[in-house]
Amino acid sequence: MEYFQTKVINHYQVGKGIFVMELVANGSRCRAGQFFMLKTADASRPLMRPISIYQATDNSVSFMYRISGQGTEELSHLKNNDTIFILGPLGNGFPCEKVSGRIALIGGGIGIAPLWFTAETLLKNTENEVDVYLGYRDELFALDHFVILDTDFFIATEYGDEGYHGLITDLFEPDHYDAVFACGPEPMMKAVFTMCKEVRTPLWISAERRMACGVGACLGCAFPTLNGVKRVCKDGPVFADKELCWES
Amino acid sequence: MLETTLCGIPFKNPLIAASGVFGFGAEYGELYDVSIWGGLCTKGLTLQPKSGNSGYRIYETASGVMNSIGLQNPGVEAFVNTELPRMKKLNTRIIANLGGHSTDDYLLGIEKLDRTDVDMIELNISCPNVKSGGMAFGLQAKSAGEIVGLCRERCHKPFMVKLSPNAENIVDVALACENAGADALSLVNTFQAMAIDVKKRKPVFENTYAGLSGAAIKPLALRMVHAVCQKVSIPVVGIGGIRTAEDVIEFMMAGATAVQIGAALFSNPLLPIQMIDGLQQLMEQEKISDLSEIRGIIK
Ligand SMILES: Cc1cc2nc3c(=O)[nH]c(=O)nc-3n(C[C@H](O)[C@H](O)[C@H](O)COP(=O)(O)OP(=O)(O)OC[C@H]3O[C@@H](n4cnc5c(N)ncnc54)[C@H](O)[C@@H]3O)c2cc1C
Ligand SMILES: Cc1cc2nc3c(=O)[nH]c(=O)nc-3n(C[C@H](O)[C@H](O)[C@H](O)COP(=O)(O)O)c2cc1C
Ligand code: FES
Repeated sequence: MEYFQTKVINHYQVGKGIFVMELVANGSRCRAGQFFMLKTADASRPLMRPISIYQATDNSVSFMYRISGQGTEELSHLKNNDTIFILGPLGNGFPCEKVSGRIALIGGGIGIAPLWFTAETLLKNTENEVDVYLGYRDELFALDHFVILDTDFFIATEYGDEGYHGLITDLFEPDHYDAVFACGPEPMMKAVFTMCKEVRTPLWISAERRMACGVGACLGCAFPTLNGVKRVCKDGPVFADKELCWES
Repeated sequence: MLETTLCGIPFKNPLIAASGVFGFGAEYGELYDVSIWGGLCTKGLTLQPKSGNSGYRIYETASGVMNSIGLQNPGVEAFVNTELPRMKKLNTRIIANLGGHSTDDYLLGIEKLDRTDVDMIELNISCPNVKSGGMAFGLQAKSAGEIVGLCRERCHKPFMVKLSPNAENIVDVALACENAGADALSLVNTFQAMAIDVKKRKPVFENTYAGLSGAAIKPLALRMVHAVCQKVSIPVVGIGGIRTAEDVIEFMMAGATAVQIGAALFSNPLLPIQMIDGLQQLMEQEKISDLSEIRGIIK
């Protein structure tokens, strides 16, 4: 984990209110499913914003985010060469080394953000077979990034006309997989949890909570689990099905 | 240049991490050597472990942060056995912040902490986020004086009391604590505040009210520190929205001996490092060679 000032090297829109921002940073130690806390240089906001790692290389880290309030709106105004402050990488990330075989990644909305890097990481093990499920509200975004991966795709739009018309969970068959990773709205992840539990397919989900410190010091991002109250920023954001106290 | 003495204990500088924003000192240790702090306050401890509040715990406001953590902590016993030995390896002063729901909670807690090697105890009679006890003890001079007197009898360590800005009259509470034997006062804890989710037509926080901290409260906190320093003769530690070296000097000019820093760490985790440099520079510029020269110069 480091806190430093860096620069934007690439920043472009990939959908309605959705941007990909690439920053100068050594991403070699980033794990899929981890995140950074971000703030602009003239940050008038008292809190930094948690954003998942979209892609990481030896000399850059990128993020995909949706404008959902003032903080992300401020981010969207940054131009190439502008300064930004980042803290990370933070959190545990998906257990990519612990799983093998046929793996499903399920993302809903902006929750698809961490899955590109996750798929890429999983595919480094040539024995893994990865299926990606992307659930959108209406408009598709970032699909052109995902399709370069050697994975199978399942696309659903709830209100749009592309892909399957309905919920992404309608397409998902949990008994086909050795492991499942999910990231998205809590109702979607709860549905996946119930489906996986029935057929005993191991599942990991990425939780979301409001954060202040991002490092585990303030207890602002509490997430109740069967093993007690955990911190999403430090003990998570990824939690195993065994820990979840979600009714099913 | 920055050395400060508080209740007879030397601090290498007057910067102390406020209770609740720094855990037990381990987390930020991955980012920098936390021994650069003059001191660290622990998360608020209670006799029994507490799992804290449900629902939203953090909410950003225009220039502040509201919290409703609800004193989540492992309990005094677990703190003493697992966290304290690690904290004591740090080269900084360790201040145990003790909260409670009842008089017995406070007394048993203080007896346990008194037997450890924490450098100092900060009695928290000002937490707005627990349903019973907590802040209730600190709202009136009479109840504050009583609990402080009882704790004082059982405490052989330097003993600081953390005051609530929500008190009926914070100067009266401060005087009552001084008379009951407090060695120092720290102020302020968070201001009780509120936010409403317009779409849900409900308060943002499950407890309806939460505690406001950060830049928004600085001028209010400064006024309170000033007012208290005019009346008491024990040292005062200033807290509330401190973000810059200049803020620190302001609190000192108002009479504070040291300061605590809370919410400002959220937007700049390396703040203490920059603040120590900034303080030295500012003191050189302003030709201050020792903080005692400016302490309380504003009457
Ligand atoms: C671990 C983690 C990873 C995330 N990854 C991404 C990502 O890759 N892409 C993306 O677009 N979004 C991501 N989010 C959500 C993102 O943090 C919020 O959308 C963002 O903080 C909203 O800030 P704002 O100022 O635009 O909104 P506002 O509503 O104005 O924010 C007000 C406050 O609430 C917090 N907040 C609001 N919504 C959320 C939320 N959904 N989750 C957490 N905090 C919130 C903000 O951080 C801020 O403190 C992630 C959240 C977490 C916890
Ligand atoms: C997330 C959070 C948790 C806190 N927890 C405690 C606590 O456990 N005990 C306590 O005495 N004060 C607690 N406080 C109050 C701070 O120690 C401090 O008094 C207050 O935030 C004002 O300072 P600031 O404006 O610099 O943050 C907490 C504050 C925050 C923001
Ligand atoms: S955000 Fe502070 S503990 Fe997670």
